[in-house]
Amino acid sequence: MRFDRHAFEAKGHLVVPGFIDLHAHLREPGFEDSETIETGRRAALRGGFTTICAMPNTEPPIDSPGLVKELLGRGHGVNGARVHYVATITRGRKGRELADMVELAAAGAVAFSDDGSPVQDPRLFRSALEYARVTGRPVIEHPEDLALSAKGVMHEGTVSARLGLPGIPAAAEETAVARDIALARMTGARLHLTHLSTGGSIDLVRRAKADGLPVTCDVTPHHLAMTDEWVAGSRALAWEVEDEALRAGPYESSTKVNPPLRGRADVRALWAGLVDGTVDAIATDHAPHASVKKEVEFDQAAFGISGFETAVALVLGGVGVHWAALGTVIDALTVGPARVLGIEVPRDDWTVIDRDAEWIVRADEMASKGKNTPLIGRTLTGRVVATVVGGEVAYEGEARVTEAISRR
Amino acid sequence: MSSSKPGVAGAEPLRKEVAGRRPWNRRHVLDTDDWSREEIETVLDQTRAMREILQRPIRRAPPLRGRTVILFFAEASTRTRVSFELAAKALSADVTNITASGSSVEKGESLYDTVRTLQALGGDVVVMRHASSGAPYFVAERTDAAVINAGDGWHAHPTQGLLDAYTLRDAVGDLEGKRVAIVGDVLHSRVARSDINTLLPLGARVTLSGPPTLIPSAWRCGQLPPGVTYEPDLDRALDGADAVIALRLQRERQETGLLPSLREYARVWGLTAERVGRMRPGAPVMHPGPMNEGIEIDAAVAHGTRSLIETQVTNGVAVRMALLYLLAATVPLEERV
Repeated sequence: MRFDRHAFEAKGHLVVPGFIDLHAHLREPGFEDSETIETGRRAALRGGFTTICAMPNTEPPIDSPGLVKELLGRGHGVNGARVHYVATITRGRKGRELADMVELAAAGAVAFSDDGSPVQDPRLFRSALEYARVTGRPVIEHPEDLALSAKGVMHEGTVSARLGLPGIPAAAEETAVARDIALARMTGARLHLTHLSTGGSIDLVRRAKADGLPVTCDVTPHHLAMTDEWVAGSRALAWEVEDEALRAGPYESSTKVNPPLRGRADVRALWAGLVDGTVDAIATDHAPHASVKKEVEFDQAAFGISGFETAVALVLGGVGVHWAALGTVIDALTVGPARVLGIEVPRDDWTVIDRDAEWIVRADEMASKGKNTPLIGRTLTGRVVATVVGGEVAYEGEARVTEAISRR
Repeated sequence: MSSSKPGVAGAEPLRKEVAGRRPWNRRHVLDTDDWSREEIETVLDQTRAMREILQRPIRRAPPLRGRTVILFFAEASTRTRVSFELAAKALSADVTNITASGSSVEKGESLYDTVRTLQALGGDVVVMRHASSGAPYFVAERTDAAVINAGDGWHAHPTQGLLDAYTLRDAVGDLEGKRVAIVGDVLHSRVARSDINTLLPLGARVTLSGPPTLIPSAWRCGQLPPGVTYEPDLDRALDGADAVIALRLQRERQETGLLPSLREYARVWGLTAERVGRMRPGAPVMHPGPMNEGIEIDAAVAHGTRSLIETQVTNGVAVRMALLYLLAATVPLEERV
């Protein structure tokens, strides 16, 4: 069905360019019980994302030009988002030797990242940045000093002290950000720091940008909306007052994510970074997991939140309380990530949003195979009504949703 | 955490009757962090009644007749397990064990599978010890049994907190305004957390002392729970204190870079007779056991006149009886066997 913009606007919906997610996990190949390219692409559309970048921590990892080409050739039906593939920085994501970066870029890799297993050896990371510069593709860095985060499973602070869980200090991220910026300064390479979670990290990027360095960064919807209190059972969004009726039990593994949900001051600093332009993009870090990886003890559970389908509501929540302007967050979901990746915003991709729609997050309604979000059961405001790829309506909300909206 | 689900079948009306004077309608004992002073006092009062049973020639009462208590210890522990076993048997419960060694837990069975088995076995009370903080919540959410946390990771050891509070109150009277020093590896200590959670509502104040690397960083940086302070200098922490609880020091802390040496630890944070003398006259010394004599506590202190360490063990059985009684009794305590 061709997209009729005026029909949607007549209903009072917001029509914006299709969202671009520069950080997502589609789990294929290797972990198809958690997500496949197809389920991930459908979940993306439900969340308003028409272009997504798949991270290479698959099995095998995306570290060979052949695999990049093979994946780019896999099903690109109309009912899914466009997919770019991020290739690894190092062979096998082992952090020991560089992957064939020039050839990977030539094969179509949109960026490089060892996401989740960041390159610890600074000399090797320097080489990666030098090489990335030649390819013209950015390095997407998950900044984490693994020696400092050690066996941590949540933000190190008062909540981890109370719950008796090993902490991941803010410094585990900030020391890595500082190292990466120093190396970007030295090499002149395009460095993109992904899913920044602390106020200290934002400050470092702000300074780097003031120095004119080609450094960019993104934040995730969950880090913009949730705090470490969620691990203890809170289900109040960062701008809401604590609600006893909403509380869940502590140690829910759906709140376990890396970087961890941080403190309130960090959340405010991320929003401040969005507002002043330090933060270039909002990326979901959509990390679906099969239930067997999450239905375990908190410290044994996999890190990650399934993020595509709730992203818009979380971000619009902050807009609703004036933590940022609507235009700012829409830019961070569209032109911002496009600039980071050096790609065009597809001209006829659109996302249609009903900003007032109230809905309950339900596991069985999610298109993603990963139901791992602490938002299950929560009421959110703001929902994607339709998503348009190449001028065709690729997703339209269920009749039930549309009815609820028309009854308003 | 409390739950709105009904308690163990049949126990509800009885529980109200026996504990009617004060509110106590917990379904599980996972942590005491959200317990009121009244709830804690109910358990301590009940503990006194249990101590009386333990002093009888035949240490057995009928309240848990027909109940099955499953001891699920996924982490090695002899003392706590035996204490619970004695407690359950003294109340006439049937007791069965799922221990780490030789059980499927060691063969890599998931906690999820174990919970399903526990559920199928149909025990009324599951007493569990687990290396992962929060594991008892996982079990409590997925079974109909009442769950008692017998120690989870670094998080909580509620029965230890309650028995320490009982022992202290017995020794020094009302805890209102009293100051208790807790010394040692607080970071990795579920005992410290549960002691804090139990002592604060009873009106006590707590001074933590120990190496900076073994205190949670937020607490070291001043973000302490109200009523708790951190004093790295042990002498100062003990000055005028009303009691001290020494924590067990795991020897591997040195290997992981958290301590320079056990020798230095013993010199700086070990409880010596001289240091203990800085407390108020007669102020007691406690330790959750097992002790490393000569490291966190000198033998002379451990076995000295101020030591309540053996009393703690005896009281442990009584506290566990009290909780089992409040959670799962079928017959009033007063009824004779």
